[in-house]
Amino acid sequence: MNFPKKLIAMLALLPCLAFASEAGHPLDKAPARESLSSLQNGAKLFVNYCLNCHAASSMRYNRLKDLGLTDEQIKNNLLFTADKVGEMMTTALRPADAKAWFGVVPPDLSVIARAKASGAGTGSDYLYTYLRTFYKDDTRPTGWNNLIVPNVAMPHAMWQLQGVRTVKMVEEKDPHDPSKTVHKFAGFEQVAPGTMTATEFDTATADLVGYLEWMAEPVAGKRKQLGVWVLLFLAFFSVLAWRLNASFWKEVK
Amino acid sequence: MAAFKETKLPANAPVAAKALGWVDDRFPLTKLWNDQWGQYYAPKNFNFWYIFGSLAMLVLVLQIVTGIFLTMHYKPDATLAFGSVEYIMREVPWGWLVRYMHSTGASAFFIIVYLHMTRGLLYGSYRKPRELIWLFGFAIFLALMAEAFFGYLLPWGQMSYWGAQVIVNLFGAIPFIGDTLSLWIRGDYVVSDATLNRFFAFHVIALPLVLLGLVVAHLIALHEVGSSNPDGIEVKEHLGADGHPLDSIPSHPYYSTHDIFGVSVFLVIFSAVVFFAPEMGGYFLEYNNFIPADSLKTPAHIAPTWYFTPFYSVLRATTADFMYVLMAAIAAYVVFIWLKSRLSFKTKAAIAVVALIMIVGMLPSVLDAKFWGVVLFGASVMIIAGLPWLDHSPVKSIRYRPHWHKYVLILFGVSFVTLGYLGTQLPTATFTMLAQLCTLLYFSFFLLMPWWSTMGTFKIVPTRVTFHPH
Repeated sequence: MNFPKKLIAMLALLPCLAFASEAGHPLDKAPARESLSSLQNGAKLFVNYCLNCHAASSMRYNRLKDLGLTDEQIKNNLLFTADKVGEMMTTALRPADAKAWFGVVPPDLSVIARAKASGAGTGSDYLYTYLRTFYKDDTRPTGWNNLIVPNVAMPHAMWQLQGVRTVKMVEEKDPHDPSKTVHKFAGFEQVAPGTMTATEFDTATADLVGYLEWMAEPVAGKRKQLGVWVLLFLAFFSVLAWRLNASFWKEVK
Repeated sequence: MAAFKETKLPANAPVAAKALGWVDDRFPLTKLWNDQWGQYYAPKNFNFWYIFGSLAMLVLVLQIVTGIFLTMHYKPDATLAFGSVEYIMREVPWGWLVRYMHSTGASAFFIIVYLHMTRGLLYGSYRKPRELIWLFGFAIFLALMAEAFFGYLLPWGQMSYWGAQVIVNLFGAIPFIGDTLSLWIRGDYVVSDATLNRFFAFHVIALPLVLLGLVVAHLIALHEVGSSNPDGIEVKEHLGADGHPLDSIPSHPYYSTHDIFGVSVFLVIFSAVVFFAPEMGGYFLEYNNFIPADSLKTPAHIAPTWYFTPFYSVLRATTADFMYVLMAAIAAYVVFIWLKSRLSFKTKAAIAVVALIMIVGMLPSVLDAKFWGVVLFGASVMIIAGLPWLDHSPVKSIRYRPHWHKYVLILFGVSFVTLGYLGTQLPTATFTMLAQLCTLLYFSFFLLMPWWSTMGTFKIVPTRVTFHPH
């Protein structure tokens, strides 16, 4: 192919390339969570299921008051890894033990919902998909594997809620190389039921992810509220500045 | 030296007037104000493009003030830095606002500076006698890039860390001294606490001082020769009875009110980002930077922040295959100079010798593509400084240049933006080829400017500025 033709072909293919770079299991859209009750439920799931191994070391327990909880409620129901509500959400798991048991120290979750955003979706989409795509895999040391993070070190923390699932894979020809085959996801198979139905589990996971998103930037709501007033003021000020400018410039001939 | 003369004001003069008189006798306060702004006469035909100088000044002040408050809570320590940024975001009253203003301000600064430079390109603002203004401005741009680079390490996220690692490693490409040099810059074998501490020092004191000094020089030089304007006419050639240019007006109050309006519109846009999209889709705050720096985990895709990506793309485009294209391009350029330029024989010979050394150096067995990538990377920035001497157009402003010159400028702009976009993406074979094409276009724009800027039919430049009363 000569150069101009190559160039045209290249430009025409640009959009495809942009999508091709985001290959892998597609992310599900995380349902929005704004009501305080959902976020409180998310907080409950978080301290019960995540905080055993993960810390949220930038997050103070009593910041949960922003979610409509009182110091008493936090102290009696959620304070698992600290003595006082003014302390940070640390974890009981020692880094050395984590290294021995899982091979890695579980990442801090304070800003995980911001860290996991990418071209493929928001951080919440990622977490919502990740937490719902664990499956039983006896070849893994923990017995669990994950669709979007293959060979993940983390076991399925909420398996009792979701139950045990395996994954069906089909072999397909590699579209890029006909001599090879690739394993393609063809659905989950429920092996043992959990305490929740599939819908209930999705709802609970969405609450948890909503909480993680809130925790990544607790000030986000206030920021947007304040932003509206700031913009209204600046718009008003701009009009004044515009007229002030015009009143001076009308004498310039 | 004249004897000291006290200003005598009547006894019933206002206290403020007396105080000002007292100061003016000892320090040229009123004179400074009048020379630099109050009685500084600027052409009355400034348009939209002339707001970015004041805006850059505003953002500089914003960055310094927010920076001071961030420094009160930030910890330049590899074990504490990441956490201290989150501490600012959550625990420090209004810390989140200060931090978002600072992070958005960094990107805003570059947007403004790029637009400010575009103005220079459109209206030939860098042409004689304003070459030094351009050079001071260019130095500000360099200092700003260094300032942004050092500052970007401070949040100590993955992108901070690996971005710094990549850029410092570039110095390793310099023959003989490269490895020692990059070791000296880092203060360690990898980017570490030592690096963070020195980058902090550069970011909060060394470069801000340099920046402020250069801004003062930029403004003094500007106010010495006077501002250019969209018509590219020297307004000082037509003076009125009062000795001031007929087409000029005092900056105060006319450009004061103008700038207040410009600033208020800018603040609307700036606040929209700060309050509603501080991450700006991962361009102003990269997602990966919310993961603490980890020297053992290299991210799959290391992209510098968007304002560096056009130049970074030039670096990545310089692959081993591309060297042959470059060698051919250099040879062609030398032939072109010999045939088409009116330079002296000595200069032409010198250019040919330098080109020959470069071509030999580009042979695969001599210096590798990484070295030439760094050279082109540096050259793509430095070449901007040469504009006053590359532009040979008989008129300054694009308004009176041949129509097709606009398309040349647009093509250059498109190449620059495309390079910027490609620099944020993972390199693929196609992207690399596109980046190489844009790199050639980018350099051709500058290196062929002495010729193309003189070609075509130029329009008649009016003697007085184009101005439509409001």
